[in-house]
Amino acid sequence: MIATTTSAPAPQTPWSTSRPARVRAVSILAISGVAAAAIVLVTGLAGIDGWALTFFAISLTVAFVRTARIGAKERTDAIMRVIISSAAVVAFVPWLSIFGSVLLKGYSGVRINYFTQDMRTTVPDDFLEYGGAIHAIVGSLMMVLIATVITLPLGILSGIYLTEVRGRFTFLVRFVVQSMSGVPSIVAGLFVYTTYVYGTESFSAFAGALALAVLMLPTVARTAEEVLKLVPEDLRAAGYALGARQWRTALMVVIPTVRSGLTTAAILGVARVIGETAPLLLTSLSNSSLKFNPFDGPIASLPTYVFGYLQIGTEYAIARAWTGSLVLLAMVLMLFSLARRFGGKDER
Amino acid sequence: MTTVETPTPREMTVIYNRDDKIFRGIVTGGALTSLVVLGAIGLFLFLRGAQIFSDNGLNFLVGSNWTAGSEDGLIPNDFSIGPMLVGTIVVSIIALVIAFPLAVGGALYLEFYAPQVVRKPLVTLLDLAASIPSLIFGLWGVQIFSSFGERWATLLNDRLGFIPIFGVEFENFGRSPFIAGCVLASLIIPITTSVAREVYSRTPRDLVDTCYALGGSKWGAIRAVVIPYGRSGVIGGAMLGLGRALGETVAVYLLLNLVFRYNFRILESEGGNVASLIATKFGEATDYELQALVAAGFVLFLLTLVVNMTATTIVQRNTPRA
Repeated sequence: MIATTTSAPAPQTPWSTSRPARVRAVSILAISGVAAAAIVLVTGLAGIDGWALTFFAISLTVAFVRTARIGAKERTDAIMRVIISSAAVVAFVPWLSIFGSVLLKGYSGVRINYFTQDMRTTVPDDFLEYGGAIHAIVGSLMMVLIATVITLPLGILSGIYLTEVRGRFTFLVRFVVQSMSGVPSIVAGLFVYTTYVYGTESFSAFAGALALAVLMLPTVARTAEEVLKLVPEDLRAAGYALGARQWRTALMVVIPTVRSGLTTAAILGVARVIGETAPLLLTSLSNSSLKFNPFDGPIASLPTYVFGYLQIGTEYAIARAWTGSLVLLAMVLMLFSLARRFGGKDER
Repeated sequence: MTTVETPTPREMTVIYNRDDKIFRGIVTGGALTSLVVLGAIGLFLFLRGAQIFSDNGLNFLVGSNWTAGSEDGLIPNDFSIGPMLVGTIVVSIIALVIAFPLAVGGALYLEFYAPQVVRKPLVTLLDLAASIPSLIFGLWGVQIFSSFGERWATLLNDRLGFIPIFGVEFENFGRSPFIAGCVLASLIIPITTSVAREVYSRTPRDLVDTCYALGGSKWGAIRAVVIPYGRSGVIGGAMLGLGRALGETVAVYLLLNLVFRYNFRILESEGGNVASLIATKFGEATDYELQALVAAGFVLFLLTLVVNMTATTIVQRNTPRA
């Protein structure tokens, strides 16, 4: 035997842009940016939006000029590239601006007292050293918890129906769940108001939770279905082969397999409703002191807290509202990353 | 010569025993709750608003008065939601007109133009943006965006004021349907973009490659294959966005002055939509007015349900289930 050394050829990527081409592209972008800034400074155009518009115009011109000698097809391609990229930038900028402004404006109010005190002895325009939002945070958590307790079983049942039972309503259930996710949040609030609040004659955290549950159910049901669909058919077959009935297979094989996926479903549902304001304005209203009884009259929640203080409109009240939204956004982000972490676990 | 008979596959039957039947019954019951809830929403809103429908008839939809009567009956109750219905549609259409091209552009960029390094973070950002509460969009709209929006509105009115919809009666450009529409546009871009991206990513890879192999440019492939392939799916996504815009409450409440007048001038500082009407008038409503609000809610419910069901049908028809 003769040992031969063979070297595997390194994979080539002839289609990727070469370094000089990339340098050229970046420098053209930079020059256009500076030129746009210069134009904004010299002419009457104003602000960052004026700069963006000028930059767009310059980029279009550059694309036009650079492809002038190559051909019409390349010219259209280059121009469309500029237009599509700009559209993407314009689409993404508002969200970045939202994250940025919530962080910057809400930051000043993040103090220990914000998380330990309520507003029972503080007026909205007191300095930020006084008062806080613990009552709103607790109220929100309480409502979301109740809503989860109601919707999670229903959502899972609906997921099991769509993937395991597959009865004759499969199409209908799927369709209704989809349509239900489009029910306006205020309509959900109005519904609970006309039924539960009207009946008990009292606004309460429980009423708010019911309204949130209506909004949460479609999200939980749909995610649960998606997750249960991932369970390999073999596992079910194995369950049946061992002599298990359908209910045993479903409860003891299928569901444990996707336990963390179902957690994801609950988390996504919570993330969907934790910021809902409109239904709570009709069902749980707001108050200013901490309480833990979900059946005991109006109660504050983070969204109604932010909404209320924004309406008051004085400097410190608005600062409190920004801090409230920072807390809210932080909660949503946290839930979101939790969902990602759990979501990755079931895949094997 | 021997003939080989292919055996016919045996009929598979499933026999459920009592336990299984109970299990299937419970699960079916659980799954049908969403149907029951949806039906109950429609039914209760209709029943509680029925008085208004029978008192006002069709006038409820087209009239432009929202007057709570005095207790002695000198001023009669008169409730109708014409301007708010029009306002709902005007604001949503502005939002859709702005959002649709941006969302399609964003989806095409993510799917075909974005370098690998930025693509993943952008997709995460897109998912995140879809879960920003609308309240925060409203807060951002009032405090940050409106100064930009007012400047654009002034500019539009200055240059295009001769077109009726860009004309104004009073030169006060804040809190107009245009600004509310812009904020709603940024609110519905995430959902529309992610549906569009989903649809575009399903374009058969061979077709796109064939385009390149025939010497087509990237835009050529997009125009010839990707856009026609994804057309109806993207329209469904846009309708989902429209449904969301139609029912939006808080952002519109914060960004628009509620004025009961038919208003088609999008830069004028007045407007409103059905949802924000409910939120505004709810607090100090008399019992009869409350019924009118519920009736308005019922109309909104029907409107969004129709839009959403259409959207769902379009999207489901175009997403083959695995």
